[in-house]
Amino acid sequence: MKIAVCIKRVPDSETRVKIAADGLSLDEAGVKFILNPYDEFAVEEALRRKEQAGTGEVMVLSLGPAAAQETIRTALAMGADRGVLLQADRVPADGLAVARALAAELKDGGFDLILCGKIAIDDSNHQVGPMVAELLGLPCVTAVSKLEIAGSTATAEREVEGGVEVVEFPLPAVITADKGLNEPRLPALKGIMAAKKKPLDVKPFQGAAAGIDVLKMTLPPERQAGKIVGEGAAAVPELVRLLREEAKVL
Amino acid sequence: MASRFQGVDFYDMDGLLSEEERAVRDTVRDWVDAELMPVIAEHYLAGKFPKALVPRMAELGFFGANLPEEYGCAGLNNVAYGLIMQELERGDSGVRSFASVQGALVMYPIYAFGSEDQKKSYLPRLASGELIGCFGLTEPDYGSNPGGMITVAKETADGWVLNGAKMWITNGSTAQVAIVWAKTAGLDDIASIRGFIVPTDAKGFTAKDQKGKLSLRASDTSELVLEDVRVPKDALLPRSGGLKSPLMCLTQARYGIAWGAIGAAMACYDEAVSYAKNRVMFGRPIGGFQIQQVRLAEMLTEITKAQLLCLQLGRLKDRGTATPQQVSLAKRNNVDMATECAREARRLLGANGILAEYQSMRHMANLESVYTYEGTHDVHSLILGQEITGISAFS
Repeated sequence: MKIAVCIKRVPDSETRVKIAADGLSLDEAGVKFILNPYDEFAVEEALRRKEQAGTGEVMVLSLGPAAAQETIRTALAMGADRGVLLQADRVPADGLAVARALAAELKDGGFDLILCGKIAIDDSNHQVGPMVAELLGLPCVTAVSKLEIAGSTATAEREVEGGVEVVEFPLPAVITADKGLNEPRLPALKGIMAAKKKPLDVKPFQGAAAGIDVLKMTLPPERQAGKIVGEGAAAVPELVRLLREEAKVL
Repeated sequence: MASRFQGVDFYDMDGLLSEEERAVRDTVRDWVDAELMPVIAEHYLAGKFPKALVPRMAELGFFGANLPEEYGCAGLNNVAYGLIMQELERGDSGVRSFASVQGALVMYPIYAFGSEDQKKSYLPRLASGELIGCFGLTEPDYGSNPGGMITVAKETADGWVLNGAKMWITNGSTAQVAIVWAKTAGLDDIASIRGFIVPTDAKGFTAKDQKGKLSLRASDTSELVLEDVRVPKDALLPRSGGLKSPLMCLTQARYGIAWGAIGAAMACYDEAVSYAKNRVMFGRPIGGFQIQQVRLAEMLTEITKAQLLCLQLGRLKDRGTATPQQVSLAKRNNVDMATECAREARRLLGANGILAEYQSMRHMANLESVYTYEGTHDVHSLILGQEITGISAFS
């Protein structure tokens, strides 16, 4: 089984981000970057599929700065076979520009399955996976929390509002991974050492004109301190009044 | 996607580490968060080593990680090895001790003093956790003075017969294999000390857990008794010779301990900072009071110094120029600073600090053992004193 996984280098969710002087990007100084957690589910699923099939290849593909090689090597340390980096100084804000570059790289790869995370935790766009599928003319199932493959047909479960949707689709296909799909493995120390010797191709990103530009980035306003209205039952009328008149939530 | 321990990095230590060193650190850190932290307090209280974690630790490659790949090990450099110890001890000194003993005191002597057959036979099984090992050097009456040991090995026609007793042996009752150090000639002949690989199910070998420990409670500590234990000729580590051999093992282990202590200190500092920010007294967080700020500033300063010390020591070790005296300085300094951090963190936590729900007192109690084992703080002072003056305080 030949599988491709699209991954992204993102700031660690534990990081306190600062906005750079240009007002358009993050200040990367002192920021720890990680493999996007949803992409981690995608990598894990690809590895399990390959292990289950007993044969095949897992290729990881990323668009990002030179430092994204480290992110690719994280996936290689987990067990992926090879990596490709489409190197760009800055990842385009336009998901379509990213999807076009990824799709062009994946087009002739002969992949049975293409996996992505359902969302990148930095820009939260949810775009790239479905766009890649569309550009390649493949079926796309998003936010998959369970996947079963039998021959060239796959069944996936998606958690939808209030229930579970079960879908069937032919391979090749693009799926985007949701939490619950699996529990990603930690890269073993031998895997980390082996990753250094696995092939990692770096190619320049050839981007088309962007349809979307970022105009401004701002941090959310600081949260105001709460108000203690009083204590005991006597405070309830005042609390209700404030919720109704000031907070306007009742 | 659970919240990950963030470590302490005031001087951009990360910038001095290679990508692979950071990756190794992160794997161990994440494993500690996911699998060790949820169970450590209950094991500590019950006085039990969390043995169920051994297969996963082995699978991830934590044992003998700085030994070569051809023997089933990860083949890491010494800085990455040190970071493993740091992260394990961030969880608990007892669990780090387990890994130290397995790697530095059992696998290392087999690697350094063993025959090719011994290496091929034992190292992969120790790396995979199939075998657990222990290291028998210290005796009831010979702690700081191991050269005085009275355990003896007599050569016979077909092997060796060992007699003696060992004490304070980490993993002693869990191990399938013991590296036992014994004199092969007269009791005053330190040069006759040799190492033996002894199966713990050999007739005449008994291991008994030492009870009543108030420290390292999540670690097995045992007394070993060897009564006419017969082992074949090939139980001898052929290239071991003299007291220097076990001391070389201790240098390996002490190196890991110097890193491990940073982990314990980080855990305490992290807990103290979080507590100081959240605990409100006199109407504001206690972190706003000068006395707590001084405590935290001291901890951060000492941790940062210890990190840079260990990193340079690791780089020297990778270059092959680190001396045992440099290792002594790091073990002495870092364990002492960690002991102080743990104590100060415990105090900052007030009454809550005495609960097992928090970590600081567990680390504080653990570190009293770490302060004492593998060369006490005082003995390392004397090793440095001898290095400085050229005069030995021991003889």
